[in-house]
Amino acid sequence: MRYLPLTASDRAEMLARIGVAEIDALYADVPADELLVELPDLPRARGEMEVERIMSRMAAKNLTASAAPFFCGAGAYKHHVPATVDHLIQRSEFLTSYTPYQPEITQGTLQVLFEFQTQVANLLGMEVANASMYDGSTGTGEAVLMAHRITKRRKAVLSGGLHPHYAEVVATLSKMASDAVVRMAPDVGGGEDLLEQIDKETSCVVVQSPDVFGRIVDLAPIAEKAHAVGALLVAVVTEVVALGAIEPPGPQGADIVVAEGQSLGNPLGFGGPYVGLFATRSKYVRQMPGRLCGETVDAEGKRGFVLTLSTREQHIRREKATSNICTNAGLCATAFSMHLTLLGEAGLSRMAALNHEAAIEVAEALAQVPGVEVLNDTFFNEFTVKLPGDATALVEKLARDEGILAGVPVSRLLPGAGLDDLLLVAVTECSTADDRAALVAAISEAL
Amino acid sequence: MLNDKGRSTRSETTDEADMTASTFTGAKALDVEEALIFEIGRAEVTGVDLPAPKGAKSRLGAHARKAPLDLPGLAEPEAVRHYVRLSRKNYSIDAGLYPLGSCTMKHNPRLNEKMARLPGFSDVHPLQPVGTVEGALDVVAEVGRWLVELTGMAAVAMSPKAGAHGELAGMMAIKAALQARGLDKPVVLVPESAHGTNPASAALIGFEVRPIPARADGTVRVEDVRAAIDDRVGALMLTNPNTCGIFEPEVAEIAAAIHEAGGYFYADGANFNAIVGKVRPGDFGVDAMHINLHKTFSTPHGGGGPGAGPVVLSERLAAFAPLPFVRMEKGRPVLVEDASQTRAGETPYGRLTAFHGQMGMFTRALAYMLSHGSDGLRQASEDAVLSANYVRACLEDLMTLPFPDHPSMHEVLFDDRFLEGTGVTTLDFAKAMIDEGYHPMTMYFPLVVHGAMLIEPTESESKASLDLFVATLRDLTLAAKAGDTDRFTRAPRFAPRRRLDETRAARAPKLKWEKPVAAE
Repeated sequence: MRYLPLTASDRAEMLARIGVAEIDALYADVPADELLVELPDLPRARGEMEVERIMSRMAAKNLTASAAPFFCGAGAYKHHVPATVDHLIQRSEFLTSYTPYQPEITQGTLQVLFEFQTQVANLLGMEVANASMYDGSTGTGEAVLMAHRITKRRKAVLSGGLHPHYAEVVATLSKMASDAVVRMAPDVGGGEDLLEQIDKETSCVVVQSPDVFGRIVDLAPIAEKAHAVGALLVAVVTEVVALGAIEPPGPQGADIVVAEGQSLGNPLGFGGPYVGLFATRSKYVRQMPGRLCGETVDAEGKRGFVLTLSTREQHIRREKATSNICTNAGLCATAFSMHLTLLGEAGLSRMAALNHEAAIEVAEALAQVPGVEVLNDTFFNEFTVKLPGDATALVEKLARDEGILAGVPVSRLLPGAGLDDLLLVAVTECSTADDRAALVAAISEAL
Repeated sequence: MLNDKGRSTRSETTDEADMTASTFTGAKALDVEEALIFEIGRAEVTGVDLPAPKGAKSRLGAHARKAPLDLPGLAEPEAVRHYVRLSRKNYSIDAGLYPLGSCTMKHNPRLNEKMARLPGFSDVHPLQPVGTVEGALDVVAEVGRWLVELTGMAAVAMSPKAGAHGELAGMMAIKAALQARGLDKPVVLVPESAHGTNPASAALIGFEVRPIPARADGTVRVEDVRAAIDDRVGALMLTNPNTCGIFEPEVAEIAAAIHEAGGYFYADGANFNAIVGKVRPGDFGVDAMHINLHKTFSTPHGGGGPGAGPVVLSERLAAFAPLPFVRMEKGRPVLVEDASQTRAGETPYGRLTAFHGQMGMFTRALAYMLSHGSDGLRQASEDAVLSANYVRACLEDLMTLPFPDHPSMHEVLFDDRFLEGTGVTTLDFAKAMIDEGYHPMTMYFPLVVHGAMLIEPTESESKASLDLFVATLRDLTLAAKAGDTDRFTRAPRFAPRRRLDETRAARAPKLKWEKPVAAE
């Protein structure tokens, strides 16, 4: 077996040194009837070539985003990632290093995390960010728990524009922790009366912008109402590229901001691994979940970085910890940071403008198709289209007949909500003018 | 622009014996100081060429960004150099033995990376029409099949994002099962030797944690469990093999005890690498166990993630598996994403994360599984256990074993009694290992042993590598006993940084870069 360096004679020598006759003597604490005699009923070892063949066959059954005019979003976006990023994250020292518990020999990871935290805080317009969460959805769950700790209240109000998966994650966690959740109905038209729901029992109100339907939400009045009754505003961003074009949540009064960082540095990857961005105000830092990297000096006075404020964390505080999180999304955060470093503010702004421009082109063209209605007044790179028929049927037909991935039907996220005629269309810089024309033509033809 | 803070300045405290010579740049040959991107980047620079937008139209309403973001850019050569220089300040499993107990730092095969990057896996959207991603669902189902088979369990929930998330998923299944039976059993028994994530996960969803004491021989005894059980106990969380590196001899009786009391047995699967293909947790009564794909199944740790923590479930808990899951029908995978798609006997307790889990880790783990096969997996576990016991046999005359009565599994635990009177602590000893070219072992964990040193060599080391490691630890131990204290208390001397002031970092946290105030 190519991954196992010990030879048969090594093994014999080592057993002799230990002073046992056979390997199973080391399993002496396992009750004899539980030690397997037969191998598990699974295939035997294979060479690299055979494994490649098997897995390539599985991969070939999937329609890849790059092979099709592609317009899916809803919390996962296709953007161009510079080749440099994937090369750099495969450097052994980033790829195969552990959580930086020994700072003297992990300054590479730690400095990247410090830079990542700064980039995230600046991007979201917040005072402090952590070293990442698993993803945006679980980060949102953690944000609600954090708000409960700060406010000592246990009711979260979720906007109907929050990604339904995110709302479900919060609902699951809250149900299990016996906390209250008010989940607003899907807010397709942008008319929900969120302010009415915020009362003195409310710990936090969770609002996504751009929301799941693509609309850009004015967070300031919501923050104002929340703060007036002692509640917090948790702002959620599922498409961080939008922040190259729109006002970040921080200056609008958000107390905690959670974002899905996949758009930068990370592939679609069928939904994971992604990277959760998590930021807050400095005064709440000790209630924050997740790892934090901080600046310090070494014994010679040189600047260096360490994991810090770990007294919040599970390995010190155990059942009193602010979160159970241990492993986070280190390498995805590294990829995010590298991509953002390559872009810089100039590149991010340009990338955002290209997304917006491409999305406007498609939205305007679709609005001209008879029977099709674009529901958004505002949007960044994703908007909601009302079709004269079933969106799922249309998407499946276009995938099958035209090889076009036309978007995400709202009913995929909200089955049974009576929104079967709605389609989310995301347009990024990866789409070509031909792709965009093909989508519009195919939809016109299919209707 | 050089990093002025990183530059070496001859300080009064510098010991010339240690620092044979200082340099003008602060560099030590290949180890070069590197500034922060905020110090070397410029707002107008970008390392990505994109076409110019026409920018005539806007649908942003009143929400267009007005303020700058303070995000510097680097041109591609600058970015490459920045990250390559930083990378060289990291230890890695690729570069050396990484004996972190409980973390299973084994070799990360590059075939895994290649497979994960096949466009058919990396370039598919989680919400594409299901008919266009059957190969992706095959991967999810296949990894699940291997995990179920290897653990002897009934079902698996694939979506948890890491080990602690898997614990949460499993404990939620237990809570849902208790609720479905109308039982109010809010107490979870957790041994004092458990990983911190165990009590943290349980507490997160409202369980009360009741500790079970550790026995003098490092194991949990069934009579202690029985003594701790009352009507309020709904579950037990136990790591097996445990965090002292011992297979719990009474685990089956412990499982029976908690089952008799109407509760469930959660096993922390962090140490599964010791027993793959040797023992099936389902056979010793486990109801739920997470599996760290980033430990046992070789997906890279990435400097702290991403991980993946699928949780296998017994017959008693299978119905409560969270959404989404893949059900096999007539040999084809069917994705169940919503309660409306469930059948009789499927009562998922909800959703744990957006989308379907850590697909990129599933592809890597599958490449590892297919490569090893059942025979290779068993051999890997045996080699891991053999290597840990070999290290133990080579060191037990000099270092001190807290639990000599049980063989070790894939990791061996020492305590600090052998350092008594030397003035050297476990921390000092660990830092001296850094100077010798090794990443230290896990220190001060488990908490039940004084000055714990938990060594997990894994199956990836050759005998020559183990012999050199052992010789190094022997040299260090003898040096400590001979009074060569400076070697330890001043270590590390040769790492990119000397010991870092963690107290200062925590006292006045500096968690992001701020523009320096202009000099007077």
